[in-house]
Amino acid sequence: MLRYAFARILGAIPTLLLVIAIAFLMVHAAPGGPFDSERVLPPDIKENIERAYHLDETLPQQFYRYIKGVVRGDLGPSYRYRDFSVSELIAGAIPVTMRIGALAILLALIVGISAGLIAALRRNTVLDRLVTGIAMIGISVPVFVFAPLMVLVFAVTLKWLPASYTGSDGADRLLLPVIALAMPQIAFIARLTRASLIDVMNSDYVRTAKAQGLKTLSIVRYHAFRPAMLPLISYLGPAFAAVLTGSVVVEHVFGVPGVGRFLITASANRDYTLVLGITVFYAAMVVFLNLVVDLLYAFVDPRVRTR
Amino acid sequence: MSALSSLVRHARSSRAVTVCATMLLVIAMISLIGPLISNHSYFAADFDNRMLAPTMTGGHFFGTDELGRDLLARTLSGIRVTLLVAVIASLVSLGIGVLYGAVAGYIGGRVDGFMMRIVDGLYALPFIFFVILLMVAFGRSMLLILIAIGAINWLDMARIVRGQTISLKQRAFVDAARLIGVSTRGIIFRHITPNLLGVVVVYMTLAIPQAILMESFLSFLGLGIQAPQTSLGALVSDGVSQMEQASWLLVIPAVALAVILLCFNFLGDGLRDLVDPKGNT
Repeated sequence: MLRYAFARILGAIPTLLLVIAIAFLMVHAAPGGPFDSERVLPPDIKENIERAYHLDETLPQQFYRYIKGVVRGDLGPSYRYRDFSVSELIAGAIPVTMRIGALAILLALIVGISAGLIAALRRNTVLDRLVTGIAMIGISVPVFVFAPLMVLVFAVTLKWLPASYTGSDGADRLLLPVIALAMPQIAFIARLTRASLIDVMNSDYVRTAKAQGLKTLSIVRYHAFRPAMLPLISYLGPAFAAVLTGSVVVEHVFGVPGVGRFLITASANRDYTLVLGITVFYAAMVVFLNLVVDLLYAFVDPRVRTR
Repeated sequence: MSALSSLVRHARSSRAVTVCATMLLVIAMISLIGPLISNHSYFAADFDNRMLAPTMTGGHFFGTDELGRDLLARTLSGIRVTLLVAVIASLVSLGIGVLYGAVAGYIGGRVDGFMMRIVDGLYALPFIFFVILLMVAFGRSMLLILIAIGAINWLDMARIVRGQTISLKQRAFVDAARLIGVSTRGIIFRHITPNLLGVVVVYMTLAIPQAILMESFLSFLGLGIQAPQTSLGALVSDGVSQMEQASWLLVIPAVALAVILLCFNFLGDGLRDLVDPKGNT
């Protein structure tokens, strides 16, 4: 296990470097400099600004400087928010993004697994069709359609819940963003759980258990549930990535002051360093969470380690 | 072509597939024919008729937006752009995916291992953020959107095609071709790829909603299709800012987008079940 973990962690480093390199090159290949504007700056002032941001160095020098910074957790200065560094801006926004994301994953696991189990055990009944039908809608309707429609129904029309995160202090301001973010994941997890449990229930050892006269519920509880959860663990990686992507939309729609909202404002401002920093941050998060999921899988299923 | 024609014959027997395919065709036809019949354009502002609610009489069936533009014309235009972008982007990803998968699958061995390792590695990356970065750095052009979405979506296709190729290359007609001295390239292009058609069509119907999702996500964030052109994602985004005064500006494009995505997903799912009954999510 330790050897596997070590190899996987080492393997993540080149991926991360590649991600940073692609993102860095993209920004630096952009036409025009970050300080080009209609007002032409006097050459010596422009020179000073470029020196202050190390734009006078060669590309490899700048990349080396950037990587050195990333290792220390320093993503450079923001081009637009003059008094803050990119790391400060992201660090201030992380807690709220994390809270909403974690709650969404939790909600998706609880509701998704329950719905999937019910559908699998009541296969081909009305209940099963209901679950699979709703799951199909959940998968098809994107977060950016679902979230505003929820605002329209529950905040604007019924006035049950606040429309924006900053409009309230209570826990109720979390409800709509978390549900909107969790919805597609609930659907995916329900489908996955259903398919997986049906598969396991058709296996030989479950047939043996049935032949011994065990009740369906105890077969599920003691024999089928845990193996049926295996595909779910590997889905957690993509789920984390999807929740991160979705959080950009949800934070935009509900005005949540998180990392995703900074990404939107930074894209509109052409704040290159902030967009680059957030991309690197998200990519690092995804690579890290995938690593965690892989290690978790190897921990649960020993067959993976020996490969 | 037999792979494709047997697919079509099977598909006719499935009700969900038939209904969804018909609906998509009808939606596409209306979006194409609509502008020829309607006397409203999707971009002309009309300041005397701003924020009209949908009515059966009065000419604006879906109402108008804050500039007095006809929402029906805008929705149809949005559907057209959304479908066009999705189909072209999916063709790009199809081209890359089929080539990559067929080469990896046919050559096999260490080359295959290496090529698929790359695909596995790419799977783990949050591409959408790179696309956002790309749009910020290089400006928002239609061509860039097409290439970016196409360049992301080929991974699934490559995997499927590789698997299919591996089973195809053990068939007798491939041995026969090799025996009479057809080159590797000739076998891949003339003997393997045509037989992939059925599977490729199925996975294309699953790739299109992916592409729609990505384009409308970008447009929703203001990074995709730019005014005066519009797409369903851009319309939903406009609707969000007006929803308290004019809910129809949000609801109509949102429902249109949801229906199209739902149809494509049902269609793709149904077709996949026909080709590969055991394939799951």
